Amino acid sequence: MPITINGAEYELDVDPRTSLLDFLRRDAGLTGTKKGCDHGQCGACTVLLNGQRINSCLTLAVMHDGDSVTTIEGLGTPDAPHPLQAAFVRHDGYQCGYCTPGQICSAKAMLDEIAAGWTSTVSDDVAGTPTLSEEEIRERMSGNLCRCGAYSNIVAAIVEVAEAQA
Amino acid sequence: MKPFDYQRAHGLGDAGQLLVAEGAKPIAGGTNLLDLMKLEVETPTALVDVNRLPLGGITPHGEGLHIGALVSNSACAADPRIRADYPVLARAILAGATFQLRNKATTGGNLCQRTRCYYFTDLAQACNKREPGTGCAAIGGFNRIHAILGASDACIATYPGDMAVALSALDATVEIHSAKGDKRMVPVRDFHRLPGDTPERDNVLEPGDVITGVLLPAPAGGTQLYRKVRDRASYAFALVSVAAVIHVEDGKIAKARLAFGGLAHKPWHDARVEALLEGEAPSDALFDHAAALLLEEARGQGSNDFKMPLTRRTLKAVLREATGGTL
Repeated sequence: MPITINGAEYELDVDPRTSLLDFLRRDAGLTGTKKGCDHGQCGACTVLLNGQRINSCLTLAVMHDGDSVTTIEGLGTPDAPHPLQAAFVRHDGYQCGYCTPGQICSAKAMLDEIAAGWTSTVSDDVAGTPTLSEEEIRERMSGNLCRCGAYSNIVAAIVEVAEAQA
Repeated sequence: MKPFDYQRAHGLGDAGQLLVAEGAKPIAGGTNLLDLMKLEVETPTALVDVNRLPLGGITPHGEGLHIGALVSNSACAADPRIRADYPVLARAILAGATFQLRNKATTGGNLCQRTRCYYFTDLAQACNKREPGTGCAAIGGFNRIHAILGASDACIATYPGDMAVALSALDATVEIHSAKGDKRMVPVRDFHRLPGDTPERDNVLEPGDVITGVLLPAPAGGTQLYRKVRDRASYAFALVSVAAVIHVEDGKIAKARLAFGGLAHKPWHDARVEALLEGEAPSDALFDHAAALLLEEARGQGSNDFKMPLTRRTLKAVLREATGGTL
């Protein structure tokens, strides 16, 4: 069975050592997803797997036949950016931009997780309904590093999109 | 990464047969295993993908719950029954890693995650866990994250996880299927091992074993807390963590269940500490006695000596909070 990436099907005829990240970049030609640390520590490779955010560097491509992956290319285009992409531009949520595709995929999934009622380690009541605060956003985005230190503006961009969705 | 054969298990029996082969390893979420394979700390000759086995879902089991081995850490922590009835477990899971990693990490795989000892992951260093008989560079080396309880002359590594610490406090059970097809139940408290002179074995799993689930006993009630002390506020392993389930009745501690992370080669559980607390009125002196008993056999390695006062203070803070005192 093929893997579906941004709505298109790809055959997984690769060396089993190929990470999903390398498959996306090398075999599918989708270089929007970035390789930072390649060890799940930086989050630059974050993509959506069946709607959930994961580190694409820490999973093998061959494990994902039948799965559906969304990368930054599948979220928006220069002509029709995703609201998060537009907000990152407006708020200057980056400097070099290398971590940005991962930040945006991560933020997209994070807003979905909040909508689904998932709490975090900074939520007061683990069994309650989470509310989106800056503290929550910072905790929930801790898997995405930005070496340029654009965190304040990344949080501002996410807050703007979250408030627009509310 | 070294080459390996990729095999997909199509049933439990199939998985067991594939996994008895020398050099075979199961892969579920893969977040720890693939990381270590990239470093060539792990060099399996065959990877058996167990992800398509029917081991998902959280289902009622007696008065408790059965958590399938493939339930992701995220799904477990988001489950309304876990959040309401086993909050210490939800809190412990949410205190570990990141949302991305927890979406992939599984219940069974998380139990099997390996130490974060720097010498274990550095191929140039001696490590009895990675390569038995080579020695332990952490002893006399940089060892601020290392064990203060239950260590041996062969290994002072710690078990790094959070989830299993809560499972230990809750006295959960690991359900294991052997390659022969029989099922055995191992208390979480007995699942991980102390290093002794065989630190290469983290736990009691045998070749061909597959973890199929974790059983939670009936909801424990009480006040359930998980406090984790770490070097940064998010996405870091515990220096010390405490999972606590505490019942206070008529001004006395009626029941205390405690487990500790970051202290040893396994989630640390000491029934003597619980017995010392039970039946007593909470007080600073009582909590000091509990900490002293817990740390009676503790031994620092130099850089990790701070874990002894840190453990005492963290335990006391948790007990004060759980018994209604102020922080």
